[in-house]
Amino acid sequence: MNKVARGSLLGIEDLDAPEILKILQAARRMNPQKPKPLLRGKRVVLLFYEPSTRTRSSFEIAAKSMGAMTTLVQSSGSSIEKGESLLDTGYTLRAVGADVIVVRHPLAGAPRLMAEHLDIPVVNAGDGMHEHPSQALLDAYTILKHKKTLKGLRVAIVGDIFHSRVARSACHLLSKFGSKVTLCGPAELVPEVAATLAPGVSVTRHIEEALRGADVITLLRVQKERLAGLKLRLEEYVARYQMTAHRLKMAKRDAIVMHPGPIIRGLELTGEVADGPQSVIVEEVHNGVPTRMAILARAAGKVR
Amino acid sequence: MAYERNKPASLLIRGGHVIDPTNRVDAPMDVLLRDGHVAEVAPPNKVRGSAEEKLDARGLIVAPGFIDLHVHLREPGQSYKETIASGTAAAAAGGFTSVCCMPNTTPVIDSQEWVNWVRQPERGAVVNVLPVAAATHASKGAVLTDFRGLQRAGAVAVTDDGKPILDNDIMRECLRLSGELSFPVVQHAEDTRMTEGCPMNDGPTSFRLGLRGWKAAAEASIVDRDVQFAQQMPNARLHVAHLSVADSLKAVRRGKRSRARVTCEVTPHHFTLTDEAAGGYDANAKMNPPLRSAADIESIVVALGDGTVDAIATDHAPHACHEKLVEFERAAFGIIGLETALGLAITKLHREYKIPLTRIVELFTSGPARVFDLRGRGALTRGNHADVTIFDPKKRWTFDVSKSRSLARNSPFDGWQLTGKVVATVVGGRLVYRE
Repeated sequence: MNKVARGSLLGIEDLDAPEILKILQAARRMNPQKPKPLLRGKRVVLLFYEPSTRTRSSFEIAAKSMGAMTTLVQSSGSSIEKGESLLDTGYTLRAVGADVIVVRHPLAGAPRLMAEHLDIPVVNAGDGMHEHPSQALLDAYTILKHKKTLKGLRVAIVGDIFHSRVARSACHLLSKFGSKVTLCGPAELVPEVAATLAPGVSVTRHIEEALRGADVITLLRVQKERLAGLKLRLEEYVARYQMTAHRLKMAKRDAIVMHPGPIIRGLELTGEVADGPQSVIVEEVHNGVPTRMAILARAAGKVR
Repeated sequence: MAYERNKPASLLIRGGHVIDPTNRVDAPMDVLLRDGHVAEVAPPNKVRGSAEEKLDARGLIVAPGFIDLHVHLREPGQSYKETIASGTAAAAAGGFTSVCCMPNTTPVIDSQEWVNWVRQPERGAVVNVLPVAAATHASKGAVLTDFRGLQRAGAVAVTDDGKPILDNDIMRECLRLSGELSFPVVQHAEDTRMTEGCPMNDGPTSFRLGLRGWKAAAEASIVDRDVQFAQQMPNARLHVAHLSVADSLKAVRRGKRSRARVTCEVTPHHFTLTDEAAGGYDANAKMNPPLRSAADIESIVVALGDGTVDAIATDHAPHACHEKLVEFERAAFGIIGLETALGLAITKLHREYKIPLTRIVELFTSGPARVFDLRGRGALTRGNHADVTIFDPKKRWTFDVSKSRSLARNSPFDGWQLTGKVVATVVGGRLVYRE
């Protein structure tokens, strides 16, 4: 395997705890209102093979606010549509002068393949069901605004774990800092093997068990079409796993409720919980900008 | 190096240690080959006939020529991946004197014409090429090919390899005919209804990588069904290709115990690597069937030792670089394997798991010869084809894929240090490879 350029961010699994802390500290120093021009003269390419609102706009705002030039390349309306391979697209973007490539791709491992063949940093903005490292970092940033430490924290992640890159990245990150993560959902969405992902990760089918004593509750979107494919009735999922104000009482009184979005009110959570005092869902989106500023500054060699 | 095509009328292989499982020979012997056949095997210096050429085999094992039941030579139609000439050159370097090539070419080898085409001297083969023809037209699984005609044209078996024969009635009909003609049906056991979108084995690694897992049951359920069919038809000849999971072995064992004519092969990569090899999205660790768990390897090793497995076959599957240098899920399945097979067998099976060298030789020679009824091959019996493989079981070497004779470079074993190397390969009395 070829070497990956310094400053690349391919997944949380590859990072050690001190490296993660470095990024989180850099994020804390970022002020989106008065940003430093750390990326002046740099060209950041946002290569998106999948639709995205939050991730794309916050990477773009993060890059531009630090003085970078950005360009968006999407699979439709580019040579990708004509059958150009991922690596050829990468070589092309490198040749036009890209300094950093931020890539979102429906296939797991695509950012790694690019990084292994390009001499510029590649930032994974979500690859298939694999990882979504910037989301895990902004969630850790958000948690640390409300909790003193990640160590010993009890985190419940409820919903479609199997298809979720957010869940995989979150498990790796929280595990590296000694949190206890309980994954909760039906077997089709939360297979037993999920517990092998990292130390301190366990699986339960019972929401009560997951919520009891939880400091953080992360809800994941459940796609109706997936439930249908698994012959799981929507009402049954809602009855067993939906986050309601009543269920929320089972967690610690100061527990926070998180969701990477987009949320579906009335499915994985009620509107009452989404808008309630314990919800930090909007704050997460807000924290995406400073976190991604730190990630891009690191890619440009400005975080040591 | 492929040697000149001259054909010495006689060659004496002197001073070597002969392992010939069929004839229960495991002793220092000289071997005399004459006019393309084995003329004499006798204790050192006791060969009576004379020879024009001599080959010094002191310190080396002299075995019947190795037979590979499962290779993809990619011709006709996919010569950008491999040609019959380049693939057989790699075979010679790996000690294989006969290779059975799969029909999933373009077009599919499903007619006598294409079987003949593959066997023509113009293809430039340096070892024996024994075609396995398609079991159904264009391997579409619907209409049976002309088994009798294909057999007459020189095909040694039928298969839809790369795809399974899924339909119950079609598979039963294939097996019925296989019994009637004594013409083995090779099954690629994969229930494709369970493996769609699955690029690797189901387990912790696939979950971690965010890839859909290929379940063991997708293979074992087909093996199970086929063994049951074979048990219902006393003469049916079922051969299970590249078997990879413990449960498939259970089914094969059950078949063998009931005296059904069921055989199977395993590949070197399935007894060497686990699915963790794909842990960094390395497309050279992507194969069909996928690399499995450590527990599966343990079962395979037991089955290699106890006789459940009949042959080691490489499933040599060359691909062009651009077919592997893509996203893991898009990458082609398969690896090349001819030049590393013996080294892996000795390094892994003999040195690590203590399987005797005689058994390993059997898995490369008399075992595969029996599976496809290859008369006159797989043993150094007088009158047999003069196919001989000479190897050094102790030699340590490093596999460098950039020097492979194959056109392809898709191997996960590049840079591996192996023990056991082929020194010379003789096909029909002619030296086709010499280290």
